[in-house]
Amino acid sequence: MRLSGIDLACVRGGREVFSGLGFEVGGGEALAITGRNGAGKSSLLRIIAGLLRPAAGAVRLDGAKEELSLAEQAHYLGHRDALKPALTVKENLSFWRDMLGGEGEDLAESLKACGIGHAAGLPAGYLSAGQRRRLSMARLLVSKRPLWLLDEPTSALDADGQLLVARLMGEHLARGGLIMAATHGPLGIVTRTLQLGASP
Amino acid sequence: MRALVRRDLRLAWRAGGGALIGVLFFLTVVVLMPFAVGPDLALLKRLGPAILWLGALLSSLLTLDRLFTADHDDGSLDLIVMSRQSLELSCLAKALAHWLASGVPLIVATPALGLLLNLDFEATAAVALTLLLGTPALTLTGMIGAALAVTLRRGGLLLAVLVLPLSIPVLIFGVAACNAVVTEGVAFGAPLSILAALSLVGVVVGPVAAAAALRQGLD
Repeated sequence: MRLSGIDLACVRGGREVFSGLGFEVGGGEALAITGRNGAGKSSLLRIIAGLLRPAAGAVRLDGAKEELSLAEQAHYLGHRDALKPALTVKENLSFWRDMLGGEGEDLAESLKACGIGHAAGLPAGYLSAGQRRRLSMARLLVSKRPLWLLDEPTSALDADGQLLVARLMGEHLARGGLIMAATHGPLGIVTRTLQLGASP
Repeated sequence: MRALVRRDLRLAWRAGGGALIGVLFFLTVVVLMPFAVGPDLALLKRLGPAILWLGALLSSLLTLDRLFTADHDDGSLDLIVMSRQSLELSCLAKALAHWLASGVPLIVATPALGLLLNLDFEATAAVALTLLLGTPALTLTGMIGAALAVTLRRGGLLLAVLVLPLSIPVLIFGVAACNAVVTEGVAFGAPLSILAALSLVGVVVGPVAAAAALRQGLD
């Protein structure tokens, strides 16, 4: 499986964020996207996820299921965590499992793996920022998709949580998955780096 | 699709959900009306169906505002777009949930409010029936407006401006069907079938239009 971006350009609000951008990620590989604030890290992830139209260029995923689009094979973990405060942790997670296609791990197992198994019955509104992040990570486990698009996955997490993210990413890569992660710090796994906005 | 309907219904009925707000608003509008119009029972009876319909229209606008904005604000909409279910079906599911959570309670409340407006049993039943056939059209046309206004701050006002003109046919035929029952010798079936037709057109056009608007507004 191979994800490639060809000559991508992104224009936001009439201003060119990046252009002529190309990258390739193969199965079992992770690509860290770095760059200063506003360099277009999040925009690039949203373009790959199909949530933003590129001004030019294209993104292709080869060697995956033909009948599914790129967006349908990707998990997107953005800044906004898509959790409903009025629903319990378990209800939030089971909704996303049903919605995203649920041939993944068991709900309770995933919650436990992300370190919030004890909070399953709690409304998500009571969770801390870090716990919400962990719940979002659990979403990646309950539904299996080969491509993970992570936007600063370690933000708001404690040291333990950062190790957890590194471990989950490692397991995903070992299964042959692909990861693209926008980040400012080290991710704790072996990655290649795509530097955005290098030239001032 | 079932998952989305179930989630939206749960959200509507939990604390902070919009379902009860819609009914309470409906109740308030209708209860205030006799005070404004005065104690003329004959006049109230004649205005009754129109008042009930206006109340239903306004309260459905009130709850439509949050139909997509809530999901857009917390990022759920991104994931719904990326799910394997087509966006059109997701829109239909959201419309269905909205109608069940805020349209049906209006219909249930109608008999009690009919008493306040001096409507007899037949007229109340007619209003409830027309609301049953007409509120899906209100939800579905309103959904298109909600999808267009989703990315805008304070989109609620724009929603009203967009949706109210589109709701006029529903209002006309809904009230016409009710009046046909109150006054003798006017056909009841014709406006009622047009009302049902409006809802059916809404089922076909609404989800497609809303999904197109959402795709356009993604950013």
